[in-house]
Amino acid sequence: MSWIDIGALDDIPPRGARLVRTGKGCVAVFRTGADEVFALDDACPHKGGPLSEGIVHGTSVTCPLHNRIFDFATGAAQGADSEVTRTYPAKIEAGRVLLDLSRLSGRSAA
Amino acid sequence: MEKLVVIGAGMASGRVLEHLFDAAPGAFDVTLFNAEPRGNYNRIMLSPVLSGEKSAEEIVTHDADWYARHGVATRFGERVTAIDPARKVVTGENGEVPYDKLVIATGAAPFIVPLPGHDLPGVIGFRDMEDTGAMIAAAATPGATAVVIGGGLLGLEAAAALRLRGMEVTVLHNSGHLMNRQLDEAAGYLLEKDLARRGIKVITRAGTERIDGDGKVEKVVLGDGTEIAASLVVMSAGIRPRAGLGMAAGLAAGRAITVDAQMRTSDPDIFAVGECVEFEGNLFGLVAPLYDQARVLAKTLLGEEDAFVMRELSTKLKVTGCDLFSAGDFAEGEGREDIVFRDPARGIYKRLVIEADRLLGAVMYGDTADANWFFGLIKDGTDISEMRETLIFGPAFQGGGGPSADPLAAVAALPPEAEICGCNGVCKGTIVTAINGGAQTLETVKAQTKASASCGTCTGLVEQVLAVTLGAAFEAGGAKPVCGCTELTHEDVRRLIKARELKSQAAVWQELGWTTKDGCHVCRPAINYYLLADWPLEYRDDPQSRFVNERNHANIQKDGTYSVMPRMWGGMTTPEELLAIAAAAKKYDAAVKVTGGQRIDLLGVKKEDLPAIWKDLNDAGMVSGHAYTKGLRTVKTCVGSDWCRFGTQDSTGLGIKLEKRLWGSWTPHKVKLAVSGCPRNCAEATCKDVGIVCVDSGYQIGVAGAAGMDVKETERLVDVATEEEAIEWSTAFIQLYRENAKYLDRPYKWVAKVGLGWVKEILSDAAERRALNARFDVSQSVYQTDPWAALVTEEERKSWSSPLMDMSREAAE
Ligand code: SRM
Ligand SMILES: Cc1cc2nc3c(=O)[nH]c(=O)nc-3n(C[C@H](O)[C@H](O)[C@H](O)COP(=O)(O)OP(=O)(O)OC[C@H]3O[C@@H](n4cnc5c(N)ncnc54)[C@H](O)[C@@H]3O)c2cc1C
Ligand code: SF4
Ligand code: FES
Repeated sequence: MSWIDIGALDDIPPRGARLVRTGKGCVAVFRTGADEVFALDDACPHKGGPLSEGIVHGTSVTCPLHNRIFDFATGAAQGADSEVTRTYPAKIEAGRVLLDLSRLSGRSAA
Repeated sequence: MEKLVVIGAGMASGRVLEHLFDAAPGAFDVTLFNAEPRGNYNRIMLSPVLSGEKSAEEIVTHDADWYARHGVATRFGERVTAIDPARKVVTGENGEVPYDKLVIATGAAPFIVPLPGHDLPGVIGFRDMEDTGAMIAAAATPGATAVVIGGGLLGLEAAAALRLRGMEVTVLHNSGHLMNRQLDEAAGYLLEKDLARRGIKVITRAGTERIDGDGKVEKVVLGDGTEIAASLVVMSAGIRPRAGLGMAAGLAAGRAITVDAQMRTSDPDIFAVGECVEFEGNLFGLVAPLYDQARVLAKTLLGEEDAFVMRELSTKLKVTGCDLFSAGDFAEGEGREDIVFRDPARGIYKRLVIEADRLLGAVMYGDTADANWFFGLIKDGTDISEMRETLIFGPAFQGGGGPSADPLAAVAALPPEAEICGCNGVCKGTIVTAINGGAQTLETVKAQTKASASCGTCTGLVEQVLAVTLGAAFEAGGAKPVCGCTELTHEDVRRLIKARELKSQAAVWQELGWTTKDGCHVCRPAINYYLLADWPLEYRDDPQSRFVNERNHANIQKDGTYSVMPRMWGGMTTPEELLAIAAAAKKYDAAVKVTGGQRIDLLGVKKEDLPAIWKDLNDAGMVSGHAYTKGLRTVKTCVGSDWCRFGTQDSTGLGIKLEKRLWGSWTPHKVKLAVSGCPRNCAEATCKDVGIVCVDSGYQIGVAGAAGMDVKETERLVDVATEEEAIEWSTAFIQLYRENAKYLDRPYKWVAKVGLGWVKEILSDAAERRALNARFDVSQSVYQTDPWAALVTEEERKSWSSPLMDMSREAAE
């Protein structure tokens, strides 16, 4: 694992998200109401909606374009929808948010 | 026709008459006496009336029309003072009425503990509408305090309701824990804790010594000398059957009028039903057995066979957010075993009492979802040896189905004889039969089977039976919950936010029992709106509960870019504004579109450019057009008397004034206005949420139009003479809508629900209009701000849309 320090937890609003821009597209880093962090591809696998702009509830986010709900832990859409978005390991250490983006290398540039 | 006289229009006799008229309309000529000055209503719903969660009208079960239709001679407000079985007449306060058959259904009266001071004004029992009204009045005095004597079902419902009305409430209970007849100690403790959280003080093992006061109640004094200030004392220490009338007539009686299994008294032509009877030594205090009695009595009167039998009873407390259930026998005893489940974090406690492979009793606190299933096992004496290991986890865990949190699966697993509605003894099979026979909505099932027609706590279950039986065809009808996080409807939530003064989202989730940690994308925006509309000064708007457009102050487009739309007050603009718009469009490479709302839209702006384009437009004197909000959108106008040869008034000027007054306000759904200068109506005012048509004599204000997914002409609210009045009325209408409508109901949908008559009635009161305008002003003092101008410094504008980290260069290497 190669953890990258991307900023302080306080830089992300509770029940909100911030972006990490990479050469291969954006990763959305979410903070839940219970102060956990999760990271997903920002582009919704349905039609590319910016997941970082969705409403965060429990440990999932609702895509702002067509309301698919993605589970942070698995990246899978809830219910009848079958899309799965990529997840990245994320954790908090001493108030800092650490992200492991090694899975990005397998991805083609967006 | 035989003459039937009924004494008492209560829950039991109401049901008797329903059965009679259903089975044999016209068989009897009925005279109905009631000491209360009204007909039958759902007495058990007095608690929600007391708390303000229901209105008195809502709980009426039989109206004047119903009595008229069935030819019932009503003598409401008239007490019967004597029965003469020899002459077969009853004597009312206004005279005698002869009978062939007589039904006594006089119910019971609250037991007033004969403490010193019990007769002081301010000591009230809790039994009827008058008591309820007196308590509501007492609670309205600022600083009023209440003492409730008796911590049983009724006392606690009264205490919770009075607390919701803002009173300081103390409950005095003589036993060691609350509801000691229905709950064990652990559940009683959880209940006490729950009540304490609501601010209700509970004193157990309280020996009340006397009530003190000079001409009216002032305090309650306990045996240990403790004094508790009280302007109201509610006595709920049990009930006493009202059997005096029957006893005086010489009918056989014990503690109440004795009846046989056909509900016949010792006189063959006199029957009795309800809480005034005693059957095989048993007295009654809950409606379920009374409804059984009513069915039997109706049959007896019609000469058919039926017999009343005692059955197991279950208890629920009707206090929103307090889930408890108890049934059967749960005393400890030789050979009895307990299965206990606790989840302290969630405040859940469940206990089952088992003897010889049968479930004898169940007590549940905090999670009562499976209560009916357990109650079924108790009543049927089911052999539970096979399920013993997993019994406490409920029906979803039985039959190899494995763990399932799905309530529908649990309902689907219920056998046909499982009881769904405890009050009316309706089992699942009966409901399924009704559904298959065509009852496809909650309302029709309620009408045909009576399920959920009394206390209403099983409404959710009935809907689940509908959902299981009808599958996808079922759409929960009138009472649709906000979303999957709660069973409450929007209307319930709005009312409870006000009544219980819930001022944060966390308070709503906690107090109203949300099943999710922090809501979902459906409920959060709605709750956020309700809170900011009801508590503009106390609640802070939560951007994380807003849909992207409102959070980013711009409409998101399908490619993730945004649109930017400045206000053009009343559709008027200037060359300078147009130049600035043109410059901005060029600078940020935006497409330019004239909208249907008389203004200009700049489309395709990137998120990171938004703060910059806003600044440019702000610098040219423009503010956000809020084209993305559930709030005021536009006020369209026509050229009016300034230019048009037909214009009667300055429609453009009025439109601008309205837009300047209303902009920035949040509303349940978007709100659009228009002002036309004459009935030619070039501004299309007659299909707006509020549309004003100017005429020679003044202004015609129409409301509740629509021109989106539905098309509907406005309805006339009022005609006024001056601009000031037009603005005052329009603002009052919008504030009334803000305070009452369900989130995402446009005004035309809301008005269709509450009725234009109601709206007019409120708004025609000048004081009410002024008050609505004043409350609107308070809200505007917080919310009438330009979000574009909120980002002041260069730094703020930069960070608003910047990524937390930019690694695009590194990662690309
Ligand atoms: C820009 C505009 C179309 C145009 O180019 O003219 C427009 C654009 C949108 N309308 Fe509209 N409506 C526009 C005038 C109208 C009008 C006509 C009017 O206002 O005179 C109507 C019919 C009147 C009415 O309000 O009902 C209208 C009825 C709707 C509806 C149906 C509302 C309803 O209750 O039936 C929606 C959907 C909704 O709000 O849920 C909608 C929703 C939308 C949304 C916000 C869809 C969305 O959620 O993304 C569109 C945003 C497009 C975008 O990407 O920016 N738009 N929309 C108009 C902006 C007016 C303005 O200046 O603010
Ligand atoms: C606040 C409250 C909450 C309750 N909650 C529940 C609950 O959740 N579940 C439950 O099962 N039960 C509940 N109950 C109990 C339930 O309401 C009673 O069991 C039921 O109303 C009894 O019905 P009844 O017809 O015997 O008497 P009532 O409904 O009391 O009707 C008797 C009527 O007779 C009239 N009357 C009396 N004497 C005379 C006379 N001499 N002449 C003319 N009229 C007369 C009275 O005015 C009254 O209207 C509750 C009761 C109250 C007060
Ligand atoms: S009618 Fe309105 S919502 Fe539909 S495509 Fe046009 S702008 Fe979008
Ligand atoms: S783009 Fe996310 S749900 Fe359609």
